[in-house]
Amino acid sequence: MISADIQVVLPEILLAGYAMLALLVAVYTSKDGLASTLTWLTAGVFLAFAVWIGINGVGTDTAFSGMFVSDDFSRFAKITILISAAIVLLMSEGYMAERGLLRFEYPVLIALAVVGMMVMVSAGDLMVLYMGLELQSLSLYVVASLRRDSIKSTEAGLKYFVLGALSSGLLLYGASLVYGFAGTTLFTGIIIAVADGAPIGLLFGLVFLLTGFAFKVSAAPFHMWTPDVYEGSPTSVTAFFATAPKVAAMALFARVVFDAFGGIVGDWQQIVAFLSVVSVFVGSIAAIGQRDIKRLMAYSSIAHMGFALMGLAAGTALGVQAMLIYMVIYVTMNIGTFAVILGMHRDGKPTTDITMLKGYSNREPLMAFVLLVMMFSLAGVPPLLGFFGKLYVLRAAYDAGLGWLAIAGVVASVIGAFYYLRIVYYVYFAERDDGAAGRLPPVLWTAAVVSTVIVALAWVPGINLFGLEPFAAEAALTLVN
Amino acid sequence: MIGLEHYLVVAATLFVIGIFGLFLNRKNVIILLMSIELMLLAVNINFVAFSSYLNDLVGQVFTLFVLTVAAAEAAIGLAILVCFFRNRGTIDVEDVNVMKG
Repeated sequence: MISADIQVVLPEILLAGYAMLALLVAVYTSKDGLASTLTWLTAGVFLAFAVWIGINGVGTDTAFSGMFVSDDFSRFAKITILISAAIVLLMSEGYMAERGLLRFEYPVLIALAVVGMMVMVSAGDLMVLYMGLELQSLSLYVVASLRRDSIKSTEAGLKYFVLGALSSGLLLYGASLVYGFAGTTLFTGIIIAVADGAPIGLLFGLVFLLTGFAFKVSAAPFHMWTPDVYEGSPTSVTAFFATAPKVAAMALFARVVFDAFGGIVGDWQQIVAFLSVVSVFVGSIAAIGQRDIKRLMAYSSIAHMGFALMGLAAGTALGVQAMLIYMVIYVTMNIGTFAVILGMHRDGKPTTDITMLKGYSNREPLMAFVLLVMMFSLAGVPPLLGFFGKLYVLRAAYDAGLGWLAIAGVVASVIGAFYYLRIVYYVYFAERDDGAAGRLPPVLWTAAVVSTVIVALAWVPGINLFGLEPFAAEAALTLVN
Repeated sequence: MIGLEHYLVVAATLFVIGIFGLFLNRKNVIILLMSIELMLLAVNINFVAFSSYLNDLVGQVFTLFVLTVAAAEAAIGLAILVCFFRNRGTIDVEDVNVMKG
């Protein structure tokens, strides 16, 4: 009985064990001397786990009487999280080393955050959900303030901590109400309790839970921490924030609304649709005035979370599938964009000022092209990958009878295109001699070029989103039915 | 007779005081930490009240988890606060403003 349970949670246990072992070994040997090795090793371990989970996973397994679920949906999310975390970790190594930030705690904290995310997406119980979420959040608070001699970085950590703790509090209050009115914390029990309509107390609990999740996915109107945290954190940490945690939080969101509240779609649909429409507009409009590319990417991610929530708001299997595909596409685009941002240097120092990109195409033609493709894709210009992501969620929302939401999404997308295109304008058509330059190190170069190829080739017939679609469809079906 | 509602009202009141403490406080970051703690403890009262009302132990187990995590959260919050204080030399909420958002 117990050994069967352990079998299901083995990846999480092993990864947690690896993180603690790495911490001990590094402390008792050469400390920061090991940091570089440990970063590569951790990235390797992530990739190995992604392969392992991908090969091993068949069907739906539950452990500890339903508290932990391993199914197609959780495996899809876990593989996305592990691969993106590994890539971002490799991309950070050079940047962190150059700025004297490469401490051995960094890969260890990232590994612990990833364990938290894996637990989150597999949660079958409010308790497991909370523990996973906190393991992830506590690790992320620390990495946000990793540059502890910098005012900006510690302020980012402090803001992230206070608002993150507030969101955990709201989420917990919701969890306590759900527990009280459903009589159980298991998702399988809650869905039975709401089978014939939810009592008002349960609805209150649901609203608090959704508020907490909205904070974690940085959906407007609960997005105010995002720009500051993105700007203040070291850029490589920002790249991490923009990828894996977003996937995990969005997967958790989907898990809870379908596994625990799948019977009352009508009750949460309007809340999610509201979050979605506010996010796409806030993200698109507020980004226009930004002068720092990290802040701009923060607003961009708010808008993109709005689009992902649009898929969720549909409340159908097609919607969940669209959300999953959208998240993978979003992560790919962000990896490519942040690879270029991490390589932006001026006088040997990293810079994040957008005006430094003026005339970038004269100095770094290839990277300027990468940025061009990424910005067009983020804006959703066909035939690039980002367009297909938007197409999926808009179609899902439209098919579910949320035509107004789809129209709002298109309008916001057009507004948002303005600031993406402004970057392209700076890169190609504005002149500046002392702007950002500097050749990218091999890892960043590879990440940028590979993601550009992926993004640019999406339209080729036969490639069909690189075979992603059937996996996402299967994952969505296990969740919705 | 003190019933479930009374406990829920106390918990809700404490929770709202905690939230107001977070938003209305203009003085000191330590007060923010205290407000967060207050919110989590209000949730604990909720859990224990429901647990006793439902005759179900899960709520009390959840409370123990929340207590443990709250302790870890406070430790990390204070650690970040110490780093912030070393850089800025102040922990006034109004001085947490290098970036505007």
